[in-house]
Amino acid sequence: MTSLRQAARQNPIITAGAVIVGLIVIVAVLAPLLAPAPADAGAAVHPENALQAPSLHHLFGTDQVGRDVFSRVLYGARVSPLVAFLVLLIACAIGVPLGVTAGYFGGVTDEIIMRVTDIFLAFPSLLLALAFAAVIQPASLTSLTIAIAVTWWPWYARLIRGQAASVAGRPYVEACTALGLPRWRILLRHVLPNSLTPLLVQVSLDAGGVILTSSALSFLGLGAQDPVPDWGLMVAEGENYFSTQWWLATFPGLAILVTALAFTMLGDGLRDALDPKRLGDPVKVALR
Amino acid sequence: MLRYPRAIRYAARRVALALVVVAGVVILTFVIADLVPGDPAATWAGPHASAAQLARARQYLGLNEPLPVRIGRYFSGIATGDWGTSIHTHQPVLSDIGTAAPATLELVIAALVIAVAVGIPLGLAAARWPGSVLDHVIRVGSVLGVSMPVFWFALILQMVFAQRLHVLPVAGEYDPNLLFSHPLLDRTQVPVLDALISGNWAMLGSTLDHLILPALVVASYPAGVIARMTRAQVLDTLGETHVQMVRSLGFRERTVIGTFAMKLAWNPVAAVLALVFAYSLVNTFLVESLFDWPGLGSYTAASVAALDTPAILGVTLFIAIVYVAANLAVDLVQAALDPRIRLR
Repeated sequence: MTSLRQAARQNPIITAGAVIVGLIVIVAVLAPLLAPAPADAGAAVHPENALQAPSLHHLFGTDQVGRDVFSRVLYGARVSPLVAFLVLLIACAIGVPLGVTAGYFGGVTDEIIMRVTDIFLAFPSLLLALAFAAVIQPASLTSLTIAIAVTWWPWYARLIRGQAASVAGRPYVEACTALGLPRWRILLRHVLPNSLTPLLVQVSLDAGGVILTSSALSFLGLGAQDPVPDWGLMVAEGENYFSTQWWLATFPGLAILVTALAFTMLGDGLRDALDPKRLGDPVKVALR
Repeated sequence: MLRYPRAIRYAARRVALALVVVAGVVILTFVIADLVPGDPAATWAGPHASAAQLARARQYLGLNEPLPVRIGRYFSGIATGDWGTSIHTHQPVLSDIGTAAPATLELVIAALVIAVAVGIPLGLAAARWPGSVLDHVIRVGSVLGVSMPVFWFALILQMVFAQRLHVLPVAGEYDPNLLFSHPLLDRTQVPVLDALISGNWAMLGSTLDHLILPALVVASYPAGVIARMTRAQVLDTLGETHVQMVRSLGFRERTVIGTFAMKLAWNPVAAVLALVFAYSLVNTFLVESLFDWPGLGSYTAASVAALDTPAILGVTLFIAIVYVAANLAVDLVQAALDPRIRLR
C-alpha cells in the first residue's frame, strides 16, 4: 500500500485515472438519483420532444424518440463497465486454473494447454470476439459477454502459467514438496497466491480494452439492443442523425473514451507501482 | 543467416509452429461455424420441407458423417480455395476477400505510415525529458490514442473537417466525377498507386484527399502504441553501459537518444508494428463503412448485418492467417538481425 501511495504522489496520471474510475462507479451506483429522467434509460417514448438540441433542460439533448440523452449516458455507466467486470471475472475463472495447472505440473498438460492458448492468441481479440458474437444469436448483452470472455482467457492462462512455473521452482515450494505435502495443497496454498500480483495489474490494464471491445461490438449490432442504454449502441443509433443532430453520438462516444482512458491510466500507474520490471513480453504488454 | 545449421533449425521450428497454429485456427473456425444455432439442413431444404427432404439435405450436406470426416473435408476445402459462399453477395467468400483486400491494405498501410511518423518522434521526445510536462502530455496523448473508440473518432473528424470546415471529403476512395475528365487505369486495384503510376495528378490529389480522414482514424491506435513503446524502450536502453559511454564521450543528448539508444529500440518497435498491423485490419471493420470505403471492413460490417456466417468466418480466417504470417516474419527477421535470439 505504501508503494501505491508513493506512486500516486509521483505520478499524477494514476491519481487522475483513479479519480475518474471512482466517479464512474459513483455515477453507476447513483444513476437513479443523478439522472433527471430515469425512465428514459428504458423504453420510454416522448415523440413531442424528439431530437431537441442540448439545453438547460436536456443537457445532452434528446434522441430520436425524445429520450433525455444525459440520463441515458449516466445509465450507460451501468452497462459496458459491468460487461467488462463480468468478462474479466469469467476470463480469470477459466484462465487462472488452467494456467496454474500448466505451470505447476508442466509436461504434457502444459504442452496441450499452451498450444490451445497459442491458437486463441493467433486472432486479434476483437476479431475472434466478433466471430463468436456473430454466431451466438440472438445478440444481447449476455451473448456479448460470453463472446468476449471466451476470447480473453488465454491471456491470463499464459500470464499465470509463467508465474506459476517460476514460483514452482523456488526453494520454499521445493521445501513443501520435501515435507510431503499433497500437491494440490501446495498448488492452492503456495503457488497460486504467489502468482496473482501480475494478474491484478493486467486485469486493471485490460478493463479499458474490454470496454472498447464491447462498445465496438454493440456499435456493429452484436451486443446490447434498444432500449438498453449502451454507449456503443447509442453511437450507432446517433450515426444516422449525425450530420444534423451531432449530440446523439457525440456524448455517448465521449463517455466510452473517458472510461477507457481512465481505466488504462489507472492500470498503467498500477503497473509502474507494483511491477517496476514490467511483466512478460514487453511487446504484448504494450499492445494490451 | 542460413549458413548456420542452428539458424536453419530455428527457422524450421518457427515455420512448423506457425503451421500448427494455422491448423488450429482452421479447426477453431470450424467449431464456431458448428456452433451456429439452427439446423443447416433445415435452412438448406427450406421451411416447408418434409422429413424425407430433410434427410436428403442432411445426406447432401454431409451432416451425417462422423466429425473427423467433416473436419477433414473442411480442411481440404480451405486448402483448395473453397471457403464457402457468401450469403449476402452470393459470391465465393475467397473471391470477395480478394476484391476487398486491396482497399483495406491501402488504408492500413497509410495509417501505419502516419503512426510511425507521429509515434516515434513523440516517444523520443518523451524519453528525452522523462517526468517533464511534455512527457506527461505525450503519455496522456498516447493513452488517448489507444483508448479511442475509432468508430466515434471517425464521426467526429467527419463533422469537423467535412461538414463544418468543408476541407475534406467523407466518402469513397476518389471523386467519381473525375473519372470523366481523368479516367483511371486499373492496374493494381489500389487507386492511389494507379493514379501515381499513370501520372494522373488530378486523380492522385483526389485519392489522397479521400485517404486522409480514414487513415488518421485508423492511425490513432498504432500511433499511441508506438509512442508508448518507443519511450519505454529508449528509457530502458539509456541505462545500458555503451549508451552511457557515448554520453560520457560528450555526444549531444539528441544524438545519444535519437541515434544510439533508438538503434536498440528499433527491434521491439518493428515487432509491435507487425502486431498493430493485424489490430488495425480489425479496426477497419468499425471505420470503413462510415467512409464508404470499399474494403474488407465494409464487407464484414455488411456480413454481420446480414448474419452471413460463411463470410464472417472467411474474413476471420483470412486475418488470423495474415496475423500468424506477420508474427512469423517478425520472428525470422529479428533472428536474422539479432543472433542472440536464434541461439536460444
